[in-house]
Amino acid sequence: MTTTHEAAAAPVSQPRGIPVKVRHDLLRLATAGSVDDGKSTLVGRLLYDTKSVLADQLDAVERVSRERGLDAADLALLTDGLRAEREQGITIDVAYRYFSTATRSYVLADTPGHVEYTRNMVTGASTAELALILVDARHGVVEQTRRHLAVTGLLGVRHVALAVNKMDLVDWDVDRFGEIVAEFAGLATRFGIHDVAAVPVSALFGDNVVERSTRAPWYSGPTLLEHLEAVPVGTDPSTQPLRMPVQYVVRPRTADHPDYRGYAGRLASGVVRPGDEVVVLPSGRRTTVAGVDRARADGTLEELDVAFAPQSVTLRLADDVDVSRGDLVAAAVEPGLLTRSVAGTVAVLSERPVRRRDRVLLRVGTRTVRALVDDVVDELDIGSMEQRAAPDGLGLNAIGRVRIRLAEEVPVDDYRRLRRTGAFLLVDEADGSTLAAGMADAPDRSAGEGI
Amino acid sequence: MRVAHMSTTYVLDHLDHLESEAIHIFREVAGEFERPVILFSGGKDSVVMVHLAIKAFAPAALPFGLLHVDTGHNFPEVLQFRDETVERLGVRLDVANVQDYLDDGRLRERADGTRNPLQTVPLLDAIEAGRFDAVFGGGRRDEEKARAKERVFSLRDAFGAWDPRRQRPELWDLYNGRHAPGEHVRVFPLSNWTELDVWRYIEREGIELPGLYYAHEREVFARDGMWLSAGEWGRPRAGERVEARTVRYRTVGDMSCTGAVESQARDVSGVILELAATRVTERGATRADDRLSEAAMEDRKKQGYF
Repeated sequence: MTTTHEAAAAPVSQPRGIPVKVRHDLLRLATAGSVDDGKSTLVGRLLYDTKSVLADQLDAVERVSRERGLDAADLALLTDGLRAEREQGITIDVAYRYFSTATRSYVLADTPGHVEYTRNMVTGASTAELALILVDARHGVVEQTRRHLAVTGLLGVRHVALAVNKMDLVDWDVDRFGEIVAEFAGLATRFGIHDVAAVPVSALFGDNVVERSTRAPWYSGPTLLEHLEAVPVGTDPSTQPLRMPVQYVVRPRTADHPDYRGYAGRLASGVVRPGDEVVVLPSGRRTTVAGVDRARADGTLEELDVAFAPQSVTLRLADDVDVSRGDLVAAAVEPGLLTRSVAGTVAVLSERPVRRRDRVLLRVGTRTVRALVDDVVDELDIGSMEQRAAPDGLGLNAIGRVRIRLAEEVPVDDYRRLRRTGAFLLVDEADGSTLAAGMADAPDRSAGEGI
Repeated sequence: MRVAHMSTTYVLDHLDHLESEAIHIFREVAGEFERPVILFSGGKDSVVMVHLAIKAFAPAALPFGLLHVDTGHNFPEVLQFRDETVERLGVRLDVANVQDYLDDGRLRERADGTRNPLQTVPLLDAIEAGRFDAVFGGGRRDEEKARAKERVFSLRDAFGAWDPRRQRPELWDLYNGRHAPGEHVRVFPLSNWTELDVWRYIEREGIELPGLYYAHEREVFARDGMWLSAGEWGRPRAGERVEARTVRYRTVGDMSCTGAVESQARDVSGVILELAATRVTERGATRADDRLSEAAMEDRKKQGYF
């Protein structure tokens, strides 16, 4: 051995100084990788080794494996869902898997690698805090890996776990592992991802997935699951400004609550306390939070001293301001910017392309407004990260930059900073289908004037 | 470069997280649809749904009614629980009876006597008659392979059909509920809950359930590896011996195809301990209808099932 793992993987951190967890929390992750990388086997292995697979499911997998003439149970079969997928041996759609350990519950968005790749990966990554990316140790970083990293970075997923799979097929070669990790980490940095942890695994045999491998004595880091158990994810809500899209106005008009008027919503970011000064957008009215309510198990109200993202609460406001669904309650000190022009990156999810002059609906937070695609600026080649002109617009699975004009002023945040209020959908006005997923840039102060 | 460790004050417990998500879903539907309805059978998932819906709109009353498709073979104690719940909450309950359809010939009894697949037509008729545009179901993605690909907002055409290849992509928490007249959206607020999450939540919130979810003595007979309870739907066949066993139900569907499991779990914490040690899935243990074929659930969903 000429290199140690640590030396080869210098930019990659390993979890150390793991804090003692006080609560059982939830981690959402998305997988990326193709069937050939062994993704289904890896996910099957995670489920199997965390005892999330029960006897009847395993019986079914063993039966099918025998029918196909396999010696051992093919764990990839655990993740097949639809008939067409079983028949064709492919995965069509994002599937959600659940497993839990003593410290965390996991919601895993299992995104297929082949068919409609971008659409599925974008969907899976949109709610993920961590992306689990697979690379075949024999092939290393390939075109598809670059796409995975590009989408991960674009969707603002800040933590990546790299599973270098099929290490058994390269004889657990430490140099090979080091090479792949170095190249991967370099790329990740380019896509704005700074937290990468790499683990050498063999999903087929279970090495370093849940159980520690004895075949790679040079590797001193955690197993994949140990890493998932320990990685701190999410953002401290107290470091971000308050945003709460209003979903519903609660007005009981009962004898007990004749004058109650509350604004129900889920905090998209930040923290809120009674007495906080807030601004309601787009009206711009300033007011004070009179109370933060939440229902107890018996349906009575509990007044909270503090609430934080992503809690669902009901806010009472001090003044008799006009607030309805679609409005945004934001921190008075940093309310973001109202705009009639959104510049951002969209991923096209439908057969209908996104073209210049298209009339669509734009959904952001709880508000839907009429919109016009002013310009398709360019299309991104996510393999090379190069921009090229897009005279014919953006087709299914394309990613590109657009400028959209809105029929009315709407608050939009910079997606890279505030994910929930910087994300938007483009919706077909005629049939209601979701055309594209969008991520807004920082609002341009000069844009949108004089329309 | 790592994100600094978050102050533990602002970390949500996983049940709080799931609760917040479900409440958000209920409120989205209330804000976007004209006539939502909650499918309510008295089973644990539907009881949890109603509990969450009440929390979502407190202190106002539940802004939705309830709808039950009664196969005619439901457990009497579950129906009683259903009616008591409706009474206590003061909400409206619509019941669609499979028996009515059998009586007037619109549906015919199946050879195997199972009525679960027969619920689809009465359900769709009830949705049309009630002009419901959003229908909340208690389906969870962990239940079954085809459900693992279901959206939270699942668009159905005028025939109630689910086309897995034409589902809308669902991103962030921006649920798209747009639909044409005649179409409706099935909404699954418990999508991300597991069976164990549901039980932990029942324990935490002190939610009441029908008694047959807990261990009790019952006259049962064995069929297809399940313990079935004799009732109006049918009797043991020759060679099937009725015996008294201590059992509980993990699901409470149609009596003809819902089996009990042997259990000593007489309360919620007992159930949770038992589940943590169990080796068989909820549907595998207790639902004969899902054993019909590899794709039994997928086929029923395509036809408009729950």
